[in-house]
Amino acid sequence: MDVAIIGIGLHRFGRSEGMTGQQQGAAAVRKALADAGVDWKQMQFAYGGSQDAGNADALVNELGLTGLQFTNIWNGCATGGSSLHAAYTAIKSGEYDMGVVVGFDKHPRGAFNPQPRDWGLGDWYGETGLMLTTQFFAMKIQRYMHDYGITNDALVRVAEKAFLAGSLNPMAWRTTALSYEEIANSMMVSDPLRKYMFCSPAEGGAALVLCSAEKAKQFTSKPLYIKAAAVRSRHYGSFEVFSPSQAPSVNDSPTVIASRAAFELAGIGPRDVDVLQLQDTDSGTEIIHMAENGFCEHGEQEKLLREGATRIDGPMPVNTDGGCLANGEPVGASGLRQVYEVCVQLRGDGGARQVPGAPAVGYTHVYGAPGISGVNIITT
Amino acid sequence: MPQQLPIQEGLFTWPALHPQLLGSRCRLCGEMAFPAQQDCRSCSGQDTELVELGDRGTLWTWTIQSFMPKTPYHSDETPETFRPYGVGYVEMPGGLRVESRLQENTPEELQIGMPMQLQIEPFRTDEHGNQLMNFSFRRAAEGN
Repeated sequence: MDVAIIGIGLHRFGRSEGMTGQQQGAAAVRKALADAGVDWKQMQFAYGGSQDAGNADALVNELGLTGLQFTNIWNGCATGGSSLHAAYTAIKSGEYDMGVVVGFDKHPRGAFNPQPRDWGLGDWYGETGLMLTTQFFAMKIQRYMHDYGITNDALVRVAEKAFLAGSLNPMAWRTTALSYEEIANSMMVSDPLRKYMFCSPAEGGAALVLCSAEKAKQFTSKPLYIKAAAVRSRHYGSFEVFSPSQAPSVNDSPTVIASRAAFELAGIGPRDVDVLQLQDTDSGTEIIHMAENGFCEHGEQEKLLREGATRIDGPMPVNTDGGCLANGEPVGASGLRQVYEVCVQLRGDGGARQVPGAPAVGYTHVYGAPGISGVNIITT
Repeated sequence: MPQQLPIQEGLFTWPALHPQLLGSRCRLCGEMAFPAQQDCRSCSGQDTELVELGDRGTLWTWTIQSFMPKTPYHSDETPETFRPYGVGYVEMPGGLRVESRLQENTPEELQIGMPMQLQIEPFRTDEHGNQLMNFSFRRAAEGN
């Protein structure tokens, strides 16, 4: 059974004073239902999650107690990708034919502060100041730059592109374009990554209504189809966040294996993709993820970024809504925001940020601690 | 009587004249881990032994922690006395790369590939007045 997306909803990312994270999730669900022209009572199942804003299944208190199967999903930054994967599987198997996925969050200001024990680590790791995701991303790109000849110029250009896209997206959190100089001269946070090269913890909600492909045309003249959904964890030998030590051998990252699995499922390759979302927790990860997802060779990013290849009007537009850099990172919601944006683009509803040439194939990729990746391929 | 205690047992030999990092090696596949663990994350075996990983290595990657982390960070510092610190992975003999604080804390002092020396030093004072000792690395004198 093929799986269609018939409704998309986004509660604006950023700060929603006076609203709980759950209320932002419920708002996104209501928008997705309205977009699909369906009612909450028609939903047979829901998958959803948040990191800091409570249980997703509590949304039934706002949306209605209908007895549906509601399963909470928590998988780090890959929560949205994992929820979508679960829903995709539920419909593909034939068990259900219509349901919802939802992600939302509301984080305190400032950097995340995960607890070592939750990740199977000793207290010493956090107490001595090693348990920071920002350090990991900085160290990963530092080594990558050394190995593949990437320079600071590429880091600046990723951020410049993100904030330019954000300025064209009325739903973005950061809607002001930043100049190359503003980014290049912003405060150094964790060498080589500066303030405007990191996303910030934020708030927001995103939701999708899925149904079986054969029923989709009853609800919309433009259904989109999920051709692949794949979630993978890390292999021994990949360099991941929250690792007191790394293996001597080097193995493919979870992104590489999730991407490969998704392309295989969809029966297409990177060259067939018209618009893509790659996890951009920071400038460096977007650069690494371009190659890990198969869209270029390692080291080629420097030239591609200089040529503007990943801008909205380039041949491989990346993060057309401004990505995590311009939208912030509500962990539970980000993965579904990516899918929302790809759907907007495939429907041709991108307005000022619309990718030209009627894109027909979209790709989304999330990466989360401690080494999980989720990839989706969506087509018209 | 206040003492010098390791911040966590089993990370390094202490007290010792020439402290070594401690880890585990799988008796089945030979893969190593830091900190030491009973199960092997490579082959899923459950037969590992405690080994010394050495006290010298080379810097594999690095960054600088420029702001004072929130909890669970727990030092004696205040936002006023906080001093930025380096963080890196040090490749040990045998190839295992160990994450560590670094003494150097400016980009000018840090280069991938530079030789590094383990050192054990006081990190903070506990509620009984004991000094909790932590490991870190600093640039090693060449040919030392």
